[in-house]
Amino acid sequence: MLIETNTTNVPDARGYYGDFGGRYVPETLIPALDELIAAYNEAMADAAFQNRLAHLHATYTGRPTPISYAARLSEQLGGAQIYLKREDLAHTGAHKINNALGQALLAQRMGKQRIVAETGAGQHGVASATASALLGLECIVYMGSVDMARQQPNVFRMKLLGAEVRPVESGSKTLKDAINEAIRDWVTNVRTTFYLLGSALGPHPYPMMVRDFQSVIGTEARRQIIAMAGKLPDACIACVGGGSNAIGMFHAFRNDASVELIGVEAGGCGINSHQHASRFADPSVGRMGVLHGARSFVMQTPDGQIADTHSISAGLDYASVGPEHAYLRQTERAFYTSATDEEALSALQSLAQTEGIIPALESAHAVAEAIKRAPTMPKDAVLLVNLSGRGDKDLDTVMKALKL
Amino acid sequence: MQQAHVRGLSAVQAMFEAAKRAERAAFMPYFPIGYPTIAESIEIIAALAQTGVDGFEIGIPFSDPLADGPVIQAATQTALENGTTVRVCLDAVRQLRERGVQQPMMMMGYLNPLIAYGVEQFVLDAKAAGADGLIVPDMPPEEGAEFAETCAREGMAMVFFLAPTSSPERIALVAQVATGFIYVVSLTGVTGARSELPPDLTAFLERVKGAVGNMPLVLGFGISTPEQAKMVSAQVDGFIVGSVLVKAASNGAAAARDLAARIVEAIR
Repeated sequence: MLIETNTTNVPDARGYYGDFGGRYVPETLIPALDELIAAYNEAMADAAFQNRLAHLHATYTGRPTPISYAARLSEQLGGAQIYLKREDLAHTGAHKINNALGQALLAQRMGKQRIVAETGAGQHGVASATASALLGLECIVYMGSVDMARQQPNVFRMKLLGAEVRPVESGSKTLKDAINEAIRDWVTNVRTTFYLLGSALGPHPYPMMVRDFQSVIGTEARRQIIAMAGKLPDACIACVGGGSNAIGMFHAFRNDASVELIGVEAGGCGINSHQHASRFADPSVGRMGVLHGARSFVMQTPDGQIADTHSISAGLDYASVGPEHAYLRQTERAFYTSATDEEALSALQSLAQTEGIIPALESAHAVAEAIKRAPTMPKDAVLLVNLSGRGDKDLDTVMKALKL
Repeated sequence: MQQAHVRGLSAVQAMFEAAKRAERAAFMPYFPIGYPTIAESIEIIAALAQTGVDGFEIGIPFSDPLADGPVIQAATQTALENGTTVRVCLDAVRQLRERGVQQPMMMMGYLNPLIAYGVEQFVLDAKAAGADGLIVPDMPPEEGAEFAETCAREGMAMVFFLAPTSSPERIALVAQVATGFIYVVSLTGVTGARSELPPDLTAFLERVKGAVGNMPLVLGFGISTPEQAKMVSAQVDGFIVGSVLVKAASNGAAAARDLAARIVEAIR
């Protein structure tokens, strides 16, 4: 299956999704972004490139990933029927591999032997290390030292895969700081290095490129859900940190007006606590700004310093959000809500006990929204939840939170 | 009083003309407001002004300075902990003018705090405080129309960057939109002292000079010794020294002042 590119009016030639996006980076990187745009467009127009990616997905990633009907959970809730797109079953345990393989193939095509990546929860770092090992590329992953402490198993996985994990001690020592450090490395080694950015954020063309590589999720899911449920879903639900799994799911449904698109941000300790990562929900901190190369909603202080965020889920614990999500929200094509740490933990347990699936804490935020909505909907309604990753990496966090 | 002196773009242009008459480059130290403390940063800049530097790049701290190396990252983090806001930085410029500092001052800040302040309001308030222009490292010309238009209207200099990776098309574009000078990044990388200047620097500078006409070129990133300053003084219209001065300032204002004085001496 070939990935379709340029099938929407966004982004425009300057990388804008309405008011959002752009390329807010030091001048040193502009030529690298120009080179990347050209190489990306050329690769996607080349059937050989696309066939190679599709072949790897079929023989290595484990695509198509299935959709599971969550029969017991749906019955327990007594409303809409819940279906799960099982990205947790993709190789490395999350959707991140879809993008990492695509970009690593592109790096190889561009003759760049050195990969740098950032990681929060470690899933993108593991996916990048995996793709690099598969293609014989050098891989350096920047990770905040706070995240390294809370995601130890993934640090070890990256090292086993031959990647070098560099701890980041600046700022809040989490994902945002890891991105800063990856960009500093890229600026320094720009001629030889490919920056393998893990979410639908950053300067153009990254949000578009990551969306396109992740769009395989929605393309498969749309076909699968029609076959299984006999119709399009009433709503698609996905968690939104940077927003790559959500945009990958939403993209295939963008022209299906009857399908509601719902993004779930990290509500942390609750919106009123201001300890969260809900860029859209709390106008006292989430405002239009510029972070990591794109204009979007950014959590910030009144003086424009980037605010500290909080989520139990490292993968959603980020101060900005992909520009296309800001655009989908502004144009009212998608709706954004949030789930708290507590709701995500509770959803994780419900899914584990009714369906035998332990979701990642990130994905549990999407499940939490389905649990809220399903009882309010008729029994013939269909909710499609993107289960973006599996929960093994979070066992330690969950055990501590549940005091087990 | 500053009213007797021209300010803004004209002041920046006058600085380069004076340096040119003296057959040397203009020396513009970078220093962030708020480090080691707000009051001390003002004292340090005032002390540097006494050594005969030609202009200043006044740093506005940001939580995520992705073009900066470890020294400026740490100093600006301290500055933020000291409560340094955009408003505090503009107030520092006002105080420096009141104390008689006459050299051109370029406000150097990352974009997000300036957007939060308000783009147009920032240019107006910077001008009122006595600043002469603006440098925004994460804003290439394509994204800088609002700043460029406001600066043009208010007679403020709006600086853009070139880097060793810049293509002939980029060089032509930046030469067209920058006012005051072009900030030429000496190397691919972040700010910070380097023991050697990059070997391909001369070739890179020649490539740029041939394409920008009379627009002054100011070299920055990595310049850290009086010897390096002397070397680049013959090649460009101005140069910026930052990290090494900030590091010196951690040993007190006198250390920073002495280093600046040695650089001023070296290029005479």
